[in-house]
Amino acid sequence: MDRSMSYEAVMARNNEIMRKSIGIDFEQFESGSIAFDFERMMEETGYCLEEMIAIQSETGVGNTPLLELKNMTALARKYAPAGKGARIFLKDEAANPSGSFKARRAAISLYHAQKLGYKGVMAATSGNYGAAVASQAAMRGLKCLILQECYDSQGKGQPEIIEKARKCEAYGAEVLQTSVGPELFYLFLIHLEKTGFFNASLYTPFGIAGVETLGYEIADQMVQRTGRLPDAVVTTNAGGGNLTGTARGFIKYGKGGDKVPMIGASVNLKGLHMASDTQFNRKSFTTGHSGFGIPFSTWPDRSDVPRSAGRPLRYMDRYLIVNQGEVFYATEMLAQLEGLERGPAGNVALAVAFSLAQEMDADQTLVVQETEYTGAGKHIQPQLTFAKDNGIDILIGDPKEEISGKNIILPKDPSMIKAVDLDLDRLKAMYIKNCMTHRQVSNPTPQDIQFLAEDTKSTEAFVKSVIEKNR
Amino acid sequence: MKAKKGTWVRIHNIVLEPGQRAPQVPEDTKKVAMEMWDKGFLLNEEASIGDEVTVETYIGREMTGRLVEIEPYYTHDYGRCIPEILYIGRQLRELLQEGQ
Repeated sequence: MDRSMSYEAVMARNNEIMRKSIGIDFEQFESGSIAFDFERMMEETGYCLEEMIAIQSETGVGNTPLLELKNMTALARKYAPAGKGARIFLKDEAANPSGSFKARRAAISLYHAQKLGYKGVMAATSGNYGAAVASQAAMRGLKCLILQECYDSQGKGQPEIIEKARKCEAYGAEVLQTSVGPELFYLFLIHLEKTGFFNASLYTPFGIAGVETLGYEIADQMVQRTGRLPDAVVTTNAGGGNLTGTARGFIKYGKGGDKVPMIGASVNLKGLHMASDTQFNRKSFTTGHSGFGIPFSTWPDRSDVPRSAGRPLRYMDRYLIVNQGEVFYATEMLAQLEGLERGPAGNVALAVAFSLAQEMDADQTLVVQETEYTGAGKHIQPQLTFAKDNGIDILIGDPKEEISGKNIILPKDPSMIKAVDLDLDRLKAMYIKNCMTHRQVSNPTPQDIQFLAEDTKSTEAFVKSVIEKNR
Repeated sequence: MKAKKGTWVRIHNIVLEPGQRAPQVPEDTKKVAMEMWDKGFLLNEEASIGDEVTVETYIGREMTGRLVEIEPYYTHDYGRCIPEILYIGRQLRELLQEGQ
């Protein structure tokens, strides 16, 4: 094998580097076609729920407060038809050691890395996950290297990402920062190979299963608080792990947990290309957005492991989007009506919930499944300052007229916060088509069809009809 | 300004030149290099901005690159006043209290 450091040579060593850095032989779960044994992968490589609760509590992760947003509920009811306006609850995940639910994912990954004897861990992330990995590494005495896409070609960095670099360094991590480009993955492989560190990917079974405790806790807290399970859970969706893990936690809770509707939420960045140098700084959200949410839902195996354990379409019942202005307004709402100042990116689901609650009955409940910490850079003011500096107009009006990369429209009043449904069947069809294209399968096997029906929460008849159209 | 051995510095590298970018990269990104920044303690006896240097990173790795900052620090903050958002809190409190 070519041991050189050229782009092609390193990418060709992908599988070998991954095997060494994760310790999972993904081949054993493959069928040789589209299907793979997802459940067996989760079972055999991960930990059971009780083990994960124990692992997370070793480092103070989890057991975060569940808060009822009474003022936001009261306000939502003012705009809802009579008898409508579900009670809104919020899981305050910012209370985790590194300030977000990502601590749950990192806790399991790093426990595993330490158990396998790795001296250090590495993760490619410009999000809260970097801080989570760095924080857990500090607790477990492991070295930590975070690779982060941060700047455009002018050297201008997203303030939210710069803050996360600072936080990683505060925990003693090394942070390698890059300019825009998917070749970050190439760099990731180079340094994984050089360091021999564990790949604390967001998409391994450990990274996803760590979120199951979040779903489980919500189910348990809601039953204790209200006497029953919630009628909907809204989860901010980007890479898909958050929704996947939460839904699995509800399923493991049992007692009807598998029937609780799982709602995905993303902030709309339609039209902005995520790998574009000139568009990189024209967005005000660096995660929780449709630029990750849609591509990762419709092709989860694009991630940094051969088979992603984050498979949101397997569990999602609805996928709602809001615009940036609506999320910023909701962020102010949480601070000013509920006395909770939290980071905007974690409030995507909150904006969606404010709208969704108005469709639901007043005796129903819904849970916003996370919050994230806020701080310099990662806050409504610096993010809007940055937007202005990049030529984005900040307007007040109808957020539905917002054009990503051109303006941000704050709702004139809360009645204008209206989440919009994405066509989930269309996304499911795109996923099936992507499976056929990427795995180069034009005649899926009966096993593939069964797998695709499960992986899209649909039916074999639906899968077959999509296959017919794409053959 | 010169940095002495042991000083905390920031270094810069070109990972891929414009002609070496991955095929799937959009046109505007293909026109620019992929760059990388790292930080560490200077291992050279002495160096100036622009020099090729070697550093020991915080976790103890050796990295080389062009020296771009001496004792780098963060300047991100809470931004400027955004007058456009000032209505939100007052509006929300007023709406909530209406009819109560």
